[in-house]
Amino acid sequence: MSTDTRAAHADGHHHDDGHAHSTFSGYMLGFVLSVALTAIPFWLVMSGTLPSKQITALVIMAFAVVQIVVHMIYFLHMSPKSENGWSMMALIFTIVMVVIALSGSLWVMNHLNSNMMPIHEMTGMK
Amino acid sequence: MTVAVNPTQTGEPVFYLADEHPHPEGYSTSLGFWIYLMSDCLIFAMLFAAFGVLGANYAAGPAPKDLFDLNLVAVNTSMLLLSSITYGFAMLTMQQNKIAQTQMWLLITGLFGAAFIGIELTEFAHMIHEGATPQRSAFLSAFFTLVGTHGLHVSCGLIWLVTLMVQVWRFGLIEANRRRLMCLSMFWHFLDVVWIGVFTFVYLLGVLR
Repeated sequence: MSTDTRAAHADGHHHDDGHAHSTFSGYMLGFVLSVALTAIPFWLVMSGTLPSKQITALVIMAFAVVQIVVHMIYFLHMSPKSENGWSMMALIFTIVMVVIALSGSLWVMNHLNSNMMPIHEMTGMK
Repeated sequence: MTVAVNPTQTGEPVFYLADEHPHPEGYSTSLGFWIYLMSDCLIFAMLFAAFGVLGANYAAGPAPKDLFDLNLVAVNTSMLLLSSITYGFAMLTMQQNKIAQTQMWLLITGLFGAAFIGIELTEFAHMIHEGATPQRSAFLSAFFTLVGTHGLHVSCGLIWLVTLMVQVWRFGLIEANRRRLMCLSMFWHFLDVVWIGVFTFVYLLGVLR
């Protein structure tokens, strides 16, 4: 921990360091962005505007990723500086874990699924 | 943190802190709470992975298209989103030391949260009434586990919110209460982030499939 944070903590008023920039305009900007990023995917799926389901799926997943980033910045006040960067370190570590676990599970289980012996062949083996 | 501090008279550096300097109370709470949230994130990641694997195994039972009412999900999503912004307003009024307004925004947040839980329980009751119980198929087991865990988190958040409103009512916006409100703020916004994943991957992609 650097000395300047200790100094900032000493006066007892900087209890919210790393969460310092919560302003009305920040919250409102985050809210307006999230409403748009929520409404558009719902509209895309409910109206079926895009030509194919694959494209729609990719687009709404992209919207979800953007909205998660918006929430992180404007509501959770994440920044590389918060808690001297330790919050960001924890977040990056978690993202790495989540990506490995999710992609690994889906990949392995998908292979197991496609290599399963179909039921009708299994009944023929009796 | 093996920084060379307090060089002794012989000039040899000492690679430890000779005296642990005092930290004010709650010095590391927000980082600790953030790390808890990250571990909670891993729980949800595992439940999402389970849903991703099992989400298409209907066992000749109902599919997402037959079960999900996207209008209801949209209303539910807006409830949670509105509760996020009203919690933000509670934090802003807390920074300005306005107790009454903070309490009012916390109450509104709680009402939106309760509406979210109410709508979700109605949806669950409707599904179970139609025979789409968790036992029906692997898809429904994974669905109820994932969405139910999120709902349980929001319910715990509501209990926490009421507890903090009583705390603020009795003791005012003291340092400890500010810290607690900040932790709940992180928790509440984090649950909204998880819900983005739920409505995208469970509801929208489910109906699309």
